[in-house]
Amino acid sequence: MEKFVKLVSIAAPLLEPNIDTDAIIPAPFLRSPSLNLANGLFFNRRFDGNGKPIEEFILNRAPFSSAKVLIGGLNFGCGSSREQAVWALKRFGFRCVIAPSFGEIFYDSCFKNGVLPIVLNAADHKKLAAEVELSNFKIEIDLDAQIIRAGGLEIGFDVPPRKRDALLQGLDEIGTSMLSIDAIRDFRSADRIRRPWVYDLETR
Amino acid sequence: MPQPATMFEKIWDMHAIRDTGDGIYLLQVDRHIIQEMACSQAFDGLKRAGRKIECPGLTLGVTDHIVSTKAGRNFGSFEGGREALDLMSRNCLENGIRLFDITDPRQGIEHVVAAEQGFVLPGCTIVCADSHTATNGAFGTLSWGFGTSDVEHVMATQAVLLKKPKIMNLVIEGSLSPGVFAKDVILHVIGQGGTQLGRGYFVEYSGSLIRGLPIEARMTICNMSIELGSRCGMIAPDQKTFDYLAGRPFVPAGALWEQAVNYWRTLPSDPGATFDKTMKIDCGHLAPQITWGITPAEVTGVEGRVPDPSSFSDSLQRENAEKALEYMDLKPGQMLSDIAIDYAFIGSCTNSRLSDLQAAASVIKGRKVAPHVRALVAPGSSTVKREAEALGLHQIFKDAGFEWRESGCSMCLAVNDDQVPAGKRCISSSNRNFEHRQGPNSRTHLASPASVAAAALEGKIADVRRYI
Repeated sequence: MEKFVKLVSIAAPLLEPNIDTDAIIPAPFLRSPSLNLANGLFFNRRFDGNGKPIEEFILNRAPFSSAKVLIGGLNFGCGSSREQAVWALKRFGFRCVIAPSFGEIFYDSCFKNGVLPIVLNAADHKKLAAEVELSNFKIEIDLDAQIIRAGGLEIGFDVPPRKRDALLQGLDEIGTSMLSIDAIRDFRSADRIRRPWVYDLETR
Repeated sequence: MPQPATMFEKIWDMHAIRDTGDGIYLLQVDRHIIQEMACSQAFDGLKRAGRKIECPGLTLGVTDHIVSTKAGRNFGSFEGGREALDLMSRNCLENGIRLFDITDPRQGIEHVVAAEQGFVLPGCTIVCADSHTATNGAFGTLSWGFGTSDVEHVMATQAVLLKKPKIMNLVIEGSLSPGVFAKDVILHVIGQGGTQLGRGYFVEYSGSLIRGLPIEARMTICNMSIELGSRCGMIAPDQKTFDYLAGRPFVPAGALWEQAVNYWRTLPSDPGATFDKTMKIDCGHLAPQITWGITPAEVTGVEGRVPDPSSFSDSLQRENAEKALEYMDLKPGQMLSDIAIDYAFIGSCTNSRLSDLQAAASVIKGRKVAPHVRALVAPGSSTVKREAEALGLHQIFKDAGFEWRESGCSMCLAVNDDQVPAGKRCISSSNRNFEHRQGPNSRTHLASPASVAAAALEGKIADVRRYI
């Protein structure tokens, strides 16, 4: 997995609540694994019915079209489990999403793709959104120090320690779990005796 | 005496391989369901890493999302889905995974098929790259949705990493009056609790109303847990659960069955067990519920009105309501029963089972769909379709003017060719009324199948209780 250590970039604010994963990547882009998900990111908001970019939409404007940080609103990434939502954001260039709360599946999926989701309390979130606007939307994310810097503002943030380590080192989660495969198999062998009806399926 | 435990704790402890730190556990997975929209990348990743599927026999493949529901369909009926279906066939074949493709008589929506075939057993952990996997919690399981990375993790290890959640006991009391269904209950609960109530929790639904519900209705309740913000909902198994499962194709028989049932009877939460949160919601005098907005929490009784955004004291709620009314093209104070509809859809993993079709059919029997409405039924599985046809329901639907389609996710999510055109309004028995969900610029009102049927007849949102 791609490491995440420090990021200096533009922050794109998209502060409305309940931006769901259907909005992030509409279903038609999930039909084929060969589609370029960056083209589908926020498709129904980025493009009109004729496929023309909608200029008012923030990601169609400089400097936000090259932003690597998205400041979202409450319940960002709620709804469908589609990991393509994270892939689309990453393919477009985003490496960090900051919001007061996240849909839980989306939140987990971010970490698995080298994208850092940061939960900020409502007060800090509001302060940050105001500050980036005053400082040309420049932002710095320091995962090692767990600090967001924007203008004169420094905001600390929490991130689960193991998830943080995995991002800092670019650890592959499956590879790490495979180190425990013997323990997993031993557990399952014992379970086959405890709950044989669960494994009866394998004989059918 | 052991400490009283919740059902969650009992099942969790039976599956916890180890705590990997930070409260994130490695858990044994009993059942893995895969579908064509979310797993080809996982197969690719597995192959690249030179790994094999750890337990193909505990995995079930289903194609349901990107499939055509046209009568007489084949792999090419929806060209846009061809690649995904072909990849699914090839990947399942190469890896020895049982697949119900569109030619299989057992095909259908994964969250309908799994229980119907007995792939779901109480006390199991069941995972799937689909947020509505919680449906299977109706059988006393821990079932949750995740992303494609986790699909690959389960393929490689038959285990999954999950942070131990908090547990909420959601006590739902009351009994349902005629014309009011499980869908109305869960919509009301989401309306009362909001879309973030369940964040960080697995939810156990309990109380007199839940105990009184038949199994398929319990599945509807658990199905929409994600709309409450929770990845997993569950209901304790009881005699109804065992009666539903007995004799289904993948359910163990004979001595194994007896052994299993004896264990399953120990699963319900013990009296005095501690939950992290308990909440009571009275659903005793509920009216049929209809959403008016763009989140499932924006819902009210059918005799109600579209709210006036200025009536919300909270500024965020006010802005949300303004945005919802604009997207939905509704006016503050408008009667719900004055809202004309263009489409009526009965289907989806929430409400497409035989009992759902029976409820809708009893409303429309001998009546006609309003001339300007396009009405569709997509049965939840090919099995449901055959069972409904054996009861003559298809004839009732067709006579009324409904399209009687093949099974699949259909018009729930606009990933196949069943879509609501821009600017059109659909009353739908599905689970999400998000902007653009049923097609770009489509408008969705969520309701029970019976309420969808009533609206189809009147061409506008209608109180189904008039037809009961």
